[in-house]
Amino acid sequence: MSKIKKDYKNIVTQEMPKSKHLKNAIMAFIFGGIICTLGHAINVFGASMWGLDKVDAASLQAIVLVFLGATLTGFGVYDKLGNIAGAGTIVPITGFANSIVAPAMEFKREGLIMGTGAKMFILAGPVLVNGIGASVIIGLIYCFIG
Amino acid sequence: MEKNRTITFKNKPRIVSYASVVGKKEGEGPLKNYFDKVLEDAIWDEDSWEKTERKMFKWVIETAAEKGNIPLKDIDVLIGGDLLNQIISAAFAARDLNMCFLGQYGACSTMAQSLIVGSVLTDGYYFNKVACGASSHFATAERQYRFPLEMGCQRPPTAQRTVTGAGCSILSLHGESNIHITSATIGRIIDWKIDDANNMGAVMAPSAADTLSCHFKNTKTCPEDYDLIITGDLGFHGKELCQKIINEEHGITLGANYTDCGCEIFTKDMGVDCGGSGCGCSASVLNGYLIEEMKKGKYKKILFMSTGALLSPTSSMQNDTIPGIAHCVVIERLEGE
Repeated sequence: MSKIKKDYKNIVTQEMPKSKHLKNAIMAFIFGGIICTLGHAINVFGASMWGLDKVDAASLQAIVLVFLGATLTGFGVYDKLGNIAGAGTIVPITGFANSIVAPAMEFKREGLIMGTGAKMFILAGPVLVNGIGASVIIGLIYCFIG
Repeated sequence: MEKNRTITFKNKPRIVSYASVVGKKEGEGPLKNYFDKVLEDAIWDEDSWEKTERKMFKWVIETAAEKGNIPLKDIDVLIGGDLLNQIISAAFAARDLNMCFLGQYGACSTMAQSLIVGSVLTDGYYFNKVACGASSHFATAERQYRFPLEMGCQRPPTAQRTVTGAGCSILSLHGESNIHITSATIGRIIDWKIDDANNMGAVMAPSAADTLSCHFKNTKTCPEDYDLIITGDLGFHGKELCQKIINEEHGITLGANYTDCGCEIFTKDMGVDCGGSGCGCSASVLNGYLIEEMKKGKYKKILFMSTGALLSPTSSMQNDTIPGIAHCVVIERLEGE
């Protein structure tokens, strides 16, 4: 086996163009921060203007952010934002909305049932399964220990 | 074993006609004036991306026939493929054209693969006129291999943009054209254990280097014997890797006459990361830019290669590495033949 073949993976890792981690982190901080600040503003608005309690204000916040994420995906804006913001638009709840609406739109051409219906959770599905699975385990631990 | 990989065509099949179509973004790139058609949008009045790609495939066959004054019924067989499962773009185009069809799948190496099969069939007098084509579409490939289009995620800088494009060459032993296919080397599957589906250049570079070095050895030529050596879609990163591998493994230097279709169809500032990829990349560059410049006399002898990463979402999910393949053909402008 030649030397380059043996070391190929290392050579590729060394020489490939690298992600700009600092720039990506700053953009994620700015965009993620804006989304979270907006969410908090909705929460405060609901509590002070409409007198919502803590649970209802949090629900309002989630509903409005999911609506915004889904709408921006529908208008073809969210993927462009995501390209700049990276984790800043993936991690908040708007990113979750995007990960459901994007495949729902993409697979609409295969029909509403086996297209949109079957494929809309193709990306969010693993998040839900693992998230719910983890919460059940933590809940059980909490139940027995706490 | 190595010797059997290279075919020298005794009768030198001619490229009697050719056509290309590309998408809007490719139509903004440096080769924009060479393509027969640049689409105004990605959907081209169809109701799905897959139907658009099929329409592009059909369009290049029809246009190549029309440009060469060849009635469609005179084309004996259509040889080609694309990136989609069950090569639906090529197969449905062949259905609509009512042609005999030999479907090809070589991932992005399909254009060279089709040319080789087509050249063998014409060179052996089995068929008179053979159409060879390949296509790819950014939206259909993204959806099959990666994420839905509207998904807001960042692409790593090693990723390449699938070219929306299609190309067709019609081969025959008879005709006016002085552009001939004189030899070809068939690729081996080479797997240097890269498993990163976002770094196709690194997957294909070893296979490109293998086929190129084998071709030089078997034909007793060197890179300087060609006016241009052009690989399919290694991109900016893969091109450098290919030069490095062929130099270290075989002592061959690929110099200023070497380039890559994926680096030519886009520029670095077009937001395409490592450049273009897809069957349509080498197909449209060959049937747009390369043959056109050969006709004008800029290039007399080129070594055209298409490179394919045999990526399957299924094997990748099962932790397999990604094998690569590359085929090359020599295209020459022969005066007075």
